[in-house]
Amino acid sequence: MRFIDEFRDRELAKALIEKIRQTSKRPVQLMEVCGTHTVSIFRYGIRGVLPEHIKLLSGPGCPVCVTPNRDIDLAIALSRQRDVILVIFGDMVRVPGSSSNLLREKAEGRDIRIVYSPLEALKIASEHPDRKVVFFAIGFETTSPTIAVTVERAREQRISNLFFLNSQKVVPPAIRALLQSKRLNVDGFILPGHVSTIIGTKPYQFIATEFRRPAVVTGFEPLDILQGIWMLVRQVEENRADVEIQYRRVVREDGNPLAKNKLKEIYEEADGHWRGLGTIPGSGYRFREPYRAMDARTFNVDVEPSKEHPECRCGEVLQGVTTPLECRLFKVVCHPENPIGPCMVSIEGTCFTYYKYQ
Amino acid sequence: MCLGIPVKVVEIEKNTAKVDVGGALREIALDLCPDVSVGEYVLLHSGFAIQKLDEEEAKETLDLLRQLAEVS
Repeated sequence: MRFIDEFRDRELAKALIEKIRQTSKRPVQLMEVCGTHTVSIFRYGIRGVLPEHIKLLSGPGCPVCVTPNRDIDLAIALSRQRDVILVIFGDMVRVPGSSSNLLREKAEGRDIRIVYSPLEALKIASEHPDRKVVFFAIGFETTSPTIAVTVERAREQRISNLFFLNSQKVVPPAIRALLQSKRLNVDGFILPGHVSTIIGTKPYQFIATEFRRPAVVTGFEPLDILQGIWMLVRQVEENRADVEIQYRRVVREDGNPLAKNKLKEIYEEADGHWRGLGTIPGSGYRFREPYRAMDARTFNVDVEPSKEHPECRCGEVLQGVTTPLECRLFKVVCHPENPIGPCMVSIEGTCFTYYKYQ
Repeated sequence: MCLGIPVKVVEIEKNTAKVDVGGALREIALDLCPDVSVGEYVLLHSGFAIQKLDEEEAKETLDLLRQLAEVS
């Protein structure tokens, strides 16, 4: 068992497509919350094999895309401090802020380093004790525990020159905000498999109990996604609303308790500021008191007033109320070489995915 | 950004494991998933193992899908 190829089997995929056709009678709109799902759905041509009455909508599940301009502008301002090394995940480097981006700043000589793991920021800090190393922390619950461990290790190793620009987000409150907004008609949710690996299923129960919508925690291989869709349409046809797990080889009902505890030790809930969705209570993190000295938001820097491109519809795309095809800029002036909004930058952004596969 | 890949644990030392990523060996942190043994698969995300893969569950899922394929 290699846990990948087995879940790409052509014959089993055909059987699942047939099952979906047999089961699903009513028109449904299902939202895949996670950008990694959006990419898989396009890469494996899943939209094309579903009956026409099953529509898939892409949701807000790309951490790069939902990071608001004000945080990108703050990161840019921090990178302009002579004594700062800014450490970022690669996806962030080309995201446009209000008037610059981090790639341009890097070209102009700022010390900006791209890492794959937050632990690399710890290493950079220990190698440069005379500099302030700021990690631009973005991500959902999948990534946040890895950042929490980095914070914990920095404290244990008494590394005092590592700071964090906390811009991570919590997913379930964003789903609640989407359901409350009423701009969107979603009949069921394909829930993010790797966020759920950490948080389990309990934080999603409100989707079923309060909003009466089915939801299925789903993996990322083609068989996973097809089975997840089948489980959703079955719930719809049976008039059920439950939170089920398709991705059982990875996701447990209580998630990863150790990772959840690490998060709780380091962070407390705070308002989260999302591009498109605005401020959502409880959808962000703030350091608990013992860690506040590591908060890069306390740095005294001048940040330009943030502004958005007036015609970029990224915010609406993230809410699933507009597709990239309805945006005037899409493919005309906004493309991967000249992205106007973050949804065209991130390899999991909805606009980039449409550009690449549609 | 929430990409996670299943990788096989080849060696363990304290809270670090060497894993096989497409034939290349990489070191990853086990802080979030300490109870693993050599030969098991973990889900790798930003330099950390974030969960162990459950082979029994994987087989059950595939068995269920094979049954579906037989009856349809």
